[in-house]
Amino acid sequence: MTDMVCPITNGLPTHREQPLDPPEVLGQLRSEQPIAPMTFPDGHRGWLVTRHDQVKAILADPRFSSRASAKHLAFPSDRAALDLEGDMPPGQFEHMDPPEHTKYRKLLAGQFTLRRMKQLTPRIEKIAADHVAAIRRQGPPADLVKDFAVPMSAQVICELLGIPVEDRERFEAASSSLLSLDISPEEAMGAMGNLLGLLGELVQRKAVEPTDDLLSGLVSSGELNPAELVGATLLLLVAGHETTANQLALGTYTLLREPEQMAKLRADESLIEGAVEELLRYLTIVHIGVQRTPLEEVEIDGVVLKPGEAVLLHLPTANRDPKRFPDPDRLDVTRKALGHLTFSHGIHQCLGQQLARIELRVGYSTLLREFPELRLAEPDVELPMRSNMTVYGVHRLPVAW
Amino acid sequence: MRVEADTEVCVGSGMCALTASHLFDQSDEDGSVILLDPEPSAPDAQRAVREAVGRCPSGALSLVE
Ligand code: HEM
Ligand code: SF4
Repeated sequence: MTDMVCPITNGLPTHREQPLDPPEVLGQLRSEQPIAPMTFPDGHRGWLVTRHDQVKAILADPRFSSRASAKHLAFPSDRAALDLEGDMPPGQFEHMDPPEHTKYRKLLAGQFTLRRMKQLTPRIEKIAADHVAAIRRQGPPADLVKDFAVPMSAQVICELLGIPVEDRERFEAASSSLLSLDISPEEAMGAMGNLLGLLGELVQRKAVEPTDDLLSGLVSSGELNPAELVGATLLLLVAGHETTANQLALGTYTLLREPEQMAKLRADESLIEGAVEELLRYLTIVHIGVQRTPLEEVEIDGVVLKPGEAVLLHLPTANRDPKRFPDPDRLDVTRKALGHLTFSHGIHQCLGQQLARIELRVGYSTLLREFPELRLAEPDVELPMRSNMTVYGVHRLPVAW
Repeated sequence: MRVEADTEVCVGSGMCALTASHLFDQSDEDGSVILLDPEPSAPDAQRAVREAVGRCPSGALSLVE
């Protein structure tokens, strides 16, 4: 195979023709060249994979590494690059391989089991109800990003980790500037610095005065040093907050744009679990996908991937693969969407996925139940999308009821 | 049909328990899989087990037919 066309020459295309569909050019690649050469913005020559079966196989393949040093910026303004380049603490196990990764994963996974997460349901319902009550006192209208999705997911993860109420404002200030559109890399670094400082203090405090929460448990396990503790907690906070908040808001926006699907959900509450999966599949908010790098030469369906060549697995396009999901571009809350790759696959598959599922189920059903007349407050305005952020979503979601 | 689980390989994703909570649970210690019925005989259960094996992200589950 010589002279392959190289259609992807300056990083991952992020321009969307439709706000809720991946860029069309990536769908074309999936049918014509599912493992395509891609030049990253820094000039690195690697690969872009878009077919469901191939993405899944690569993510499960131990010959591919997750380590940060081999990853490259996916597109020029990719904020995730900050994490990779900046002075990050150790403990970011998302970017580690076994056996290091295994140590962290085994240490934490017992805290995120499906059964444990289900036990949190009543508490999460209470948190959602409190935010709805606050929204009612103020409005209409309300911004479901700022008034619901962000504070709800922040409170859930803070309570789980054990971030005390008095520190929560500082945490939310730092994390919401990390979430905002128009901040410079310096401001983002500053906000990250604040967050790290806060976590450092917390780790010290929990060592002296342990409480009944995840962070105290981690500290007292004695398995991690203070820097690793800060790093692992930071990963949990960032990974658990920004994603869930965006999926909550974007999923609600999607339902508001698809009144028929919304009506089905309202008519039959038992559809909610499937609807959560379908919205996860359809929206795949980790829209830059995930990266792996082969440690040795690997051949996949006739394409040879050399060691060190970054491979970008494009989860959104894989989740729209018609070979895996019939009529994939249609949102259908009654379809069997499990098997989607939204939480990735392989040993790094999302640690917090069972928590996310419950937050999403509670969040969507609370909104539907409490606001039978929920509608977009500015129906004719094109909402700004988080196109150049690490996690896709809407920046704001003005609604009335 | 027999299911086997390698708890060393398991990463505690909970996909098996999500797929069939009457057949799979997870340890509170490290999240690793606990088989509630290693030799399911009902056709429904066998189907669910196949689905769980196909979804397991780490390759910890296998079938011996
Ligand atoms: C809708 C919500 C969420 C989405 C779409 C999502 C997506 C993802 C994806 C795609 C990965 C895999 C990265 C890779 O393969 O390289 C991941 C990993 C991870 N997620 Fe999530 N996530 C969500 C919610 C959460 C929550 C609530 C937590 C809770 C703390 C969390 C914690 C983590 C952690 C710790 C990892 C790293 C796991 C590892 O490397 O072993 N996520 N997530
Ligand atoms: S699906 Fe696989 S990795 Fe996840 S808990 Fe079950 S056995 Fe472990």
